[in-house]
Amino acid sequence: MNFPENLKYTKDHEWISVEGDIATVGVTEFAQGELGDIVFVEIETEGESLDKDEVFGTIEAVKTVSDLFMPLSGEIIEINSGLEDAPESVNESPYENGWMIKIKLSNTSEVDDLMDVSAYKDLIGQ
Amino acid sequence: MSTDLTASKRTALYNKHIELGAKMVPFAGYDMPLQYTGLTPEHHAVRDSVGVFDVSHMGEFAVKGKDAEALVAWICSNNISKVVDMQAQYNCMPNDEGGIVDDLIVYRWSAEEYTLVVNASNIAKDWDWIMKQKDAKGFDCELEDMSDDISLMAVQGPNAAKVIQKLTDIDLDAIKFYHFDAGSCAGSEDVVISNTGYTGSGGFELYVWNKDANMVWDNIMEAGKEFDIVPCGLAARDTLRLEKGYCLYGNDIDDTTSPMEAGLGWITKFAEPFNNQDYHKGLKENGVNRKLVGFEMIDRGIPRQHYELTDAEGNRIGEVTSGTQSPSLGKAIGMGYVKPEFAALDSEIYVKVRNKNLKAKTTKLPFS
Repeated sequence: MNFPENLKYTKDHEWISVEGDIATVGVTEFAQGELGDIVFVEIETEGESLDKDEVFGTIEAVKTVSDLFMPLSGEIIEINSGLEDAPESVNESPYENGWMIKIKLSNTSEVDDLMDVSAYKDLIGQ
Repeated sequence: MSTDLTASKRTALYNKHIELGAKMVPFAGYDMPLQYTGLTPEHHAVRDSVGVFDVSHMGEFAVKGKDAEALVAWICSNNISKVVDMQAQYNCMPNDEGGIVDDLIVYRWSAEEYTLVVNASNIAKDWDWIMKQKDAKGFDCELEDMSDDISLMAVQGPNAAKVIQKLTDIDLDAIKFYHFDAGSCAGSEDVVISNTGYTGSGGFELYVWNKDANMVWDNIMEAGKEFDIVPCGLAARDTLRLEKGYCLYGNDIDDTTSPMEAGLGWITKFAEPFNNQDYHKGLKENGVNRKLVGFEMIDRGIPRQHYELTDAEGNRIGEVTSGTQSPSLGKAIGMGYVKPEFAALDSEIYVKVRNKNLKAKTTKLPFS
């Protein structure tokens, strides 16, 4: 399984790419594999400011539905509208076409609490 | 699908599943394969060619003796007297409270010997129930719980018969739907070959002694290679059965649902007496208060078990019992109980998905 070195990770199996005060968020390859075939990604929080750990959307696989949690506090400034017609992008390309939201961070110091790749790999036993 | 987190029992094929890289989950007291490569390819393999399921968690009771037929007829809702030797019949066991103890398949070897195949999650409950009925009515017969000795492999799909025919001299064409035979198959001397299944794609179910289970599995996989056979898990089993509108005990039927409410009138026949018959006959004559219907989503969203069903104004009319995205149909489908006035085809109903009421419409079963 692929876990890019340049990304940050959470225990909820999300990845975060931080550039300045903008963070791009998606789910990891491990998460998409556990969920199975993803058929529906619902994010209706564009423009909202949410705190870390609040729910920003849901992801539905054939058999399960899971909440998506804010890895960092901030305003959701963009969502990946491509997922509406191609939710399978999350399975096929979790780190690129399968990205979910961009957050304008309200507290960049929270980034320090995220996991690096080796901590995340330990978490999932890889 | 209900899960039991205290699960620990393993089927005889457990190591096979681990070798194949299955994702294992606790289910009905067993560690069972949820999926191998993935739900979608497994689902399509069964619809298009052939797949094999380990469903050894199912329970098997032998009923033998002078009153075997009388006992089976009393506990089952269908007309047991219509079943001939080497024929099987789908049934439910009505309880005393208007609900269903379990749904099951009854296999008749002779008037004095039957095998009952029951749901894994209900083995203990069913055993107690049947023993209680036997004793109460003084039926002269013996029961034996063979669940821990028997493995069950479901070989399902349009190419299933071709695969199994390579492994046995028994003429499978001679085994009609819901009939069975017994004999040598796949290297084992003693296999029950049953023309039954839970996928709606045709195929056979093989009852095998545990000691032969791994050999039979390997031989099926080898014989199925030319048809690209794949092992299939519980996830595909659920989407396959739901597309066909088959009830799952614990979801769509349970201790509180009448077969008349669940669309199982076709297996509830009043020509012969069975336990609590008058209650269900009353529902047939006077109408039911709720009905199990199939529905498909019009708005975007996926129904799940226990989601609320409402009318256009948001008033509760029932509850979802099963739901999924259908791999074959590419749309979200579900079943649930609704008030009778919403049970007609093409009724507009709403599913409460995370506090939004999404539009759906009732449809025929099986889904199409």
